Amino acid sequence: MNQNIYRKRVFTNRIGLTLSMLAMAMGLFVLLWIMFILFKNGFQALDYNLFFKSTPAPGSAGGGLANAIVGSLMLVGFATLISTPIGILAGIYLAEYGDHSKTAEVTRFMTDIMLSAPSIVLGLFVYAIMVAQFKHFSGWAGTVALSLIAIPVVLRTTENMLRLVPGSLREAAFALGAPRWKVATMVTLRAAKSGVVTGLLLALARISGETAPLLFTALNNQFFSLDMNAPMSNLPVVIFQFALSPYEDWVRLAWGGALLITLTVLVLNILARVFFRDKISA
Amino acid sequence: MSTSPADSGMLDQRELDLVNQQNKAFMNPTPSDSGMLDQRRLDVGRKQHFQDFLFHKLTMSFSLIVLVSLIGIIASLAVVAWPALQKFGVGFIWRIEWDIVNEEFGAAIAIFGTLASATIAILIAMPLSFGIALFLTETCPAWLRRPLGTAIELLAAVPSIIYGMFGLFVFAPLFAEYGQPALQSTLGQMPLIGPLFGGAMNGIGILAAGLILAFMILPFIAAVMRDVFEIVPSILRESAYGLGCTTWEVVRHIVLPYTQQGVIGGVMLGLGRALGETMAVTFVIGNSQRISASLFSPGSSIASTLANEFGEAADMHLSTLFALGLLLFVITFFVLAGAKILIIRTERAKGAKT
Repeated sequence: MNQNIYRKRVFTNRIGLTLSMLAMAMGLFVLLWIMFILFKNGFQALDYNLFFKSTPAPGSAGGGLANAIVGSLMLVGFATLISTPIGILAGIYLAEYGDHSKTAEVTRFMTDIMLSAPSIVLGLFVYAIMVAQFKHFSGWAGTVALSLIAIPVVLRTTENMLRLVPGSLREAAFALGAPRWKVATMVTLRAAKSGVVTGLLLALARISGETAPLLFTALNNQFFSLDMNAPMSNLPVVIFQFALSPYEDWVRLAWGGALLITLTVLVLNILARVFFRDKISA
Repeated sequence: MSTSPADSGMLDQRELDLVNQQNKAFMNPTPSDSGMLDQRRLDVGRKQHFQDFLFHKLTMSFSLIVLVSLIGIIASLAVVAWPALQKFGVGFIWRIEWDIVNEEFGAAIAIFGTLASATIAILIAMPLSFGIALFLTETCPAWLRRPLGTAIELLAAVPSIIYGMFGLFVFAPLFAEYGQPALQSTLGQMPLIGPLFGGAMNGIGILAAGLILAFMILPFIAAVMRDVFEIVPSILRESAYGLGCTTWEVVRHIVLPYTQQGVIGGVMLGLGRALGETMAVTFVIGNSQRISASLFSPGSSIASTLANEFGEAADMHLSTLFALGLLLFVITFFVLAGAKILIIRTERAKGAKT
């Protein structure tokens, strides 16, 4: 009797643990599978033209993604420039002043929701406040949409990293007579530097692959353009349009672009982790 | 050392000035000007006080940007959606109609597609991410924990459009050839749920969208589960092991009950993600504006409708799309808020009990 119960328990345990291992294996398998497919299809498209020629007209062969690559870099670059100071300063507020304030508590809560809010809705929002007002799609609108996605990421990581800074460091600075703003910017922020960089890299990774909000804001541009006031070509939207097109050449380019942004995003993510590990060991 | 070179240069200069002032005040305390010294100290104090005040308000106003944009989102969506909301009323939500030519719209088709694909995704992702979290916290050898955890997190980093392409070009053909016939000959033969797995098998559709979504939200749920599993006090765990519990029993009867709310929170977080996911779903859901009993048949979700039709929309159609967007935002808002509250509660419990 006892023996039976014991066997049953051991058996259940073994099944449970095996299933959990299988779940892990499945997750890994999907990741590797996606990477394999990307490399297999993407490498065929990687050549000189991809980086130096603009997107081809419908039906015509050849062409590359030069305009989309430059456009994406500009959109993401400007979005980073906008979201970095806002995110970091807001993060400082939540970490340094936000302990007993209702405003801070609400902000923190709403930021967490914004982190997971559907990005397509942010695109609608920017469309309503910018594109509909100025009557044309523009690179700036795309930049604002991307910034709205990046700010919560930067904000929350900055706050979390600042909170990891030992209180004794702050107290030492206060004891020396340093005012609060100096303690925040020159002591705690510096101590948390690598963590904050982690947040920036994660935000960068997040917005590099975002497609949905750009559909309604930056739209697309078949030609090479550096004008932020005009519709701007960008990798995600080009991939979206080309992947669903009937032209084989376009689909091939879409795979090339897909490989480019995935590699960028993964490298940024791994970099972020490396930065953070330095922080932990230091 | 500081965030940007320009910034640090400015700060250094200001700091230098301030230090000089302080030094002057400290270094030359001749008895004759002690009154002036006090005055100087007072000035420095006042100046710093003022700077602190400015800094406080500045950082606060930046953090309020998030709140303002959130309110702005709801307000602006509501304003543009107003004509549609006025025309169709509350019935908009359960009306099964999507006639662009005659401008007769209802949200039911898109809502159905959104909920159906998200539910499928949750049903698949929940056990998988539980397994992954269990493996990472209980059985995984310590040296593998980090690389495997990172790998699962990278699954979350892959852009959603990549999932879409993968789903459309690789997964869908395989699913049509092997997955769907297998499902139809097994689950499709059962009473009640049989019709769900009937119909034409072309790979794309609501079920395929749900499957792709499952792998997209899996890392988010697994990450939350792993984090809350780790806050279970080791004394509880060890006591259970000490009584002779197997690993499975510890997880089932100690860890899960202790972290229940956090686990549900993680699942809801995943649900929030699944509801609003756009690109992956747009690629594989099939984009047809109808409801059918079979999960194999193409449908559309709120997000995919927006992505597909926004380009050609005008007037009432545009307004209706904004109404859909507003609906999506409100739904995800409540789901995510619920998730967040549950997760916070679990983490508070850790603070109270350890």
